[in-house]
Amino acid sequence: MKKQIPYWLVSPYLLYFAVFVAFPVAFSVVLTFHSWNIISPMKFVGLDNYQRLFSDRLFWQAIYNTLRFLLVHIPLQIVVALALAEFLNQKIRGQAFFRGAFFLPVIVSGVVVTILWQQLLGFNAGILNRGLTALSLPRVAWLEEPGIAMYAIALMATWKNVGLYVILFLVGLQTVPVQYYEAADMEGATAWQKFRYITLPMINPTIFMVVVLSTIGGFSLFIEPYIMTEGGPLNSTLSAVMYIYKQAFQYYHMGYSATLGFFFALLILGVVAIQKRYVEQEN
Amino acid sequence: MKLLRYALLLLAALSFIYPFVWMISASLSSEQGIGSLTLLPVGLTISNYTTVFERIPLGRAFLNSLFVALVTTGLVLVLGAMVGYALARLRFRGRDLIFYLIIFTMTLPFQITLIPNYITMVKLGWVDTYFALIVPFVMNSLAVLLFRQAFASLPQALIDAARIDGCGELRIIFQILLPNIVPTVLTITILTFMGLWNEALWPLIVIRDESTMTMPQMVTLFSVGGRADAQLGVKIAAAVMLALPILVVYLFFQKHFIRSMASSGLKD
Repeated sequence: MKKQIPYWLVSPYLLYFAVFVAFPVAFSVVLTFHSWNIISPMKFVGLDNYQRLFSDRLFWQAIYNTLRFLLVHIPLQIVVALALAEFLNQKIRGQAFFRGAFFLPVIVSGVVVTILWQQLLGFNAGILNRGLTALSLPRVAWLEEPGIAMYAIALMATWKNVGLYVILFLVGLQTVPVQYYEAADMEGATAWQKFRYITLPMINPTIFMVVVLSTIGGFSLFIEPYIMTEGGPLNSTLSAVMYIYKQAFQYYHMGYSATLGFFFALLILGVVAIQKRYVEQEN
Repeated sequence: MKLLRYALLLLAALSFIYPFVWMISASLSSEQGIGSLTLLPVGLTISNYTTVFERIPLGRAFLNSLFVALVTTGLVLVLGAMVGYALARLRFRGRDLIFYLIIFTMTLPFQITLIPNYITMVKLGWVDTYFALIVPFVMNSLAVLLFRQAFASLPQALIDAARIDGCGELRIIFQILLPNIVPTVLTITILTFMGLWNEALWPLIVIRDESTMTMPQMVTLFSVGGRADAQLGVKIAAAVMLALPILVVYLFFQKHFIRSMASSGLKD
């Protein structure tokens, strides 16, 4: 076999890596020290972009919004997905039907889900408010109230993704040896005790994965608030990616926008690393 | 207890299915009828659909989406198989390094590359072209890893026999080995096609010209840009047309979709 053959085969990857990974990472570092609107020449501005970032009220607002999103999204996602997976992990007729149904929103574009939920969350005619009215509860201004809109989007994101996590939890639950439960039964353990002391520790890796994927998802949030609220009301649903997008394509602040992207990326890597560390200590 | 479990599961299933049924029925209802929560259209009409096509070139966007998704998926399969094969079955200096580069690429948040990649597109003159929609996606790290794993599981005898017959490496990959890893090919096809079909952010950045837009972008701009004239039915009809193709494919390949998505989740 000729010696160069392996290199020919992997050359597309190296080219791709150079153009779409290595170059952009290096260039984004360069951009953070410059002011540039793409058309006129780049201007070196030292640490101005970083300075601006730390005093930028909207940047901190975007981080705060992401945290509020995650605060609702992560626990809700874990509880609902785990509950549904527990229900499915028994002798149940129609397994395929239930899985298929839960999975429906996962495969559809976020654009579709957002347009759909815009109607479900409508103040006057939305299904959620009709349900509340039927229970003689007051209606909620899901998308109009700055204190609520992000949580409404978190609810929608949970509905969209939970089917995937049901499947992942099911995979996790099926790795728990049946003997553990049998032994617990002999000791007279209750269903809750079995869940708390056998199931939960065994599926810890899956929970960790859900937390990490949701965290990354929260920082990647874009199209949902873009369509649903355009970041409003009062910037309460402005997301990290939306702010990068705005700075770059509304104001043409390429340098500052790249600084935001760079910083958010570091933040994501940092948060995920902390989460990983925490899980390793737990075990 | 058992009955309660079924009741809860059924309720959950309904909460995922009903909104889609409502969406389709609302898209076929008259504007006054949309407010109702029935399963069947109220005041049956296709005027919402005809209005969408009058206001935006959605047919063109559909073909653009299809073209971009098909070409890119094809290239992801070809290039992914080549790289995955080399990593799994050939020995060469720097192999581990390439593996680490792939892992690095997968952990890198896209927020950092977004703006520089846009600038690359501008400098290459690819803004408003299919190149911008296709080229940045033709190599996929997850696809490479899945191919690597699948090729590694095949017996060496298969490759040795082909070499004795005088097959070149490309023929070994695509003619001898690929037919043995059809499930992996299917998984990568589904993940790539679905991801591209649903992608909205990147097209919004690199495409301004309506004749090159893909469906998610066009429906998004239609929805937020005011061209739907606050007519709910029209907006919903546009969303239905974006969802329908992937829903139809899902009905036939449901199991494969679930398995593919699960394997991509477990990889991370």
